[in-house]
Amino acid sequence: MNWISNYVRPTINSIFSRREVPENLWHKCDECGTMLFHRELSDNLNVCTQCNHHMGITPRDRFKALFDGGIFVEVDVPEPVADPLHFKDQKRYADRMKAATKATGEKEAMLVVEGEMGRTPIVAACQDFSFMAGSMGMYVGNAIIAAAERAVELKRPLILFSAAGGARMQEGILSLMQMPRTTVALQMLKEEGLPYIVVLTHPTTGGVTASYAMLGDVHIAEPNALICFAGPRVIEQTIREKLPEGFQRAEYLLEHGMLDRVTSRTQMKEELISITRMLMRQEAPVKGDLPAPDAPVEQTKET
Amino acid sequence: MTNYLDFEKPLAEIEGKAEELRAMARSNDEMDISKEAAALDQKAADMLVDLYKDLTPWRKCQVARHPQRPHCQDYIDALFTEYTPLAGDRAFGDDHAVMGGLARFDGKPVLVIGHEKGNDTKSRIERNFGMARPEGYRKAIRLMDMADKFGLPVITLVDTPGAYPGKGAEERGQSEAIARSTEKCLQIKVPLISLIIGEGGSGGAVAFATANRLAMLEHSVYSVISPEGCASILWKDAEKMREAAEALRLTAKDLAELGICDRVIPEPLGGAHRHRADTIELVKGAIEKMLAELSGKSGDDLVKDRRQKFLTIGSRGLAA
Repeated sequence: MNWISNYVRPTINSIFSRREVPENLWHKCDECGTMLFHRELSDNLNVCTQCNHHMGITPRDRFKALFDGGIFVEVDVPEPVADPLHFKDQKRYADRMKAATKATGEKEAMLVVEGEMGRTPIVAACQDFSFMAGSMGMYVGNAIIAAAERAVELKRPLILFSAAGGARMQEGILSLMQMPRTTVALQMLKEEGLPYIVVLTHPTTGGVTASYAMLGDVHIAEPNALICFAGPRVIEQTIREKLPEGFQRAEYLLEHGMLDRVTSRTQMKEELISITRMLMRQEAPVKGDLPAPDAPVEQTKET
Repeated sequence: MTNYLDFEKPLAEIEGKAEELRAMARSNDEMDISKEAAALDQKAADMLVDLYKDLTPWRKCQVARHPQRPHCQDYIDALFTEYTPLAGDRAFGDDHAVMGGLARFDGKPVLVIGHEKGNDTKSRIERNFGMARPEGYRKAIRLMDMADKFGLPVITLVDTPGAYPGKGAEERGQSEAIARSTEKCLQIKVPLISLIIGEGGSGGAVAFATANRLAMLEHSVYSVISPEGCASILWKDAEKMREAAEALRLTAKDLAELGICDRVIPEPLGGAHRHRADTIELVKGAIEKMLAELSGKSGDDLVKDRRQKFLTIGSRGLAA
């Protein structure tokens, strides 16, 4: 063992291997296995061009596609008390948070923004499944309250994209309390007669489904999204039988009356514009790709 | 016959010995065992004090689930008159895990709703172990609407492991039913008070416990997930429920510190299951006080009070 084998060789290897196999240029579809070129995939909003499988997408990428010219402005979310219970399982909650922040570059599991889609001003919130499974804790509750308050202030509809493994266990009972807290937020919208549209994405489960994800004026889901209160594994353990194919998937929920529509991500923007404008009693939308508004912040008061 | 919990085993032995001695003395007049028996009784009494002095969170979960703990039906029988059960969600069926109806409390008409777990095999199955299906929540919504319409205070008694995780329950919209029930709790313009008398299991509990005032019996628990469930997810080992119960901070004391529970009702020594009548009487006092606190408030104020309570929750954490 010397410095050549310990240091020089790995360094050389890493340089060459990086050149030979560039990372992330090709992405394999989790469903059909097709190799998709990364740009083609992101242009199609992480929907497989072969089999229409909807893969995860970050809130920022979703918003870039949703808003005119990809322009949106973040809405401030009040910071909650960090690690309120001093929770520790095999890892400390504080460490899990650090790891999630590092992995995603986001500070929490929900992003709230305002902007225009098809010249329709909205407030939007999007849950980030890549941040601790999108789990609902105090921050997510605060985010939904901030989103509702901003929507009321600007008299705009709220569109919420849900994605979560459920409540954030590391915040114990406080995570459970986000069910009534977010419900209070939605009532503020209701009282002002403002639309609240939920887009349920894969997966939306547990306390999230049993609160704000099921209280929309309109429920739209992405194809094949898992949407449930208790997950399939828990149910199989309880009833000791295999569940039917497609159980708790978007199409199944549509058949059982829990959703209004199942819509592909690539068609979502157009559909949201259309529905929102009708509910707000606005003119029919102009078709086609609109340029970005010049000054998104100043324009927020216009409709 | 007492059902002893696992941590009460040493107590069971001593009480068993005392009982044996007395049985022997009954069959033999010559024997004088009064001294020995009294000593054993004293030892048992000391041990009971010791065991219950500082129950760990997991032991509290066990006490909260004790089969002989007073259940919803017991409270309704003892504290309410003219209880008139009202059934059905008018859409699918009637859920026997949820009791609900008109009744009088201290002579005044109220609406009472609660989870009932049952107390023997037959009734437990009929009550689905207190795990409600969507019909149960929808029945509660219907009854809360009725209370709102006729200006009756609503009293909810919470005692559920959680909403039922079944195929039919999911198909009929368990999530939506829970969400709507929580929403209804926040909307009604009448006083809504809630008591956690045993287990407050997750969404199934929130749907009834989103109240102006929440009281918890000392050894009851209220949690986002069962300790076993939490252990199997975070520790990958369901046997770590003691650690999970500790970490989740699910006791009445912790919830009071977090501003979620407004009133902790002390239980007689040895838990509610050893002193059922006394416990029920203590719960009665708490209901009276909470109703009195809310009486005279307008409907709008009650709604505002409830909203404010939940918006404020979480503004402080627990002390380190």
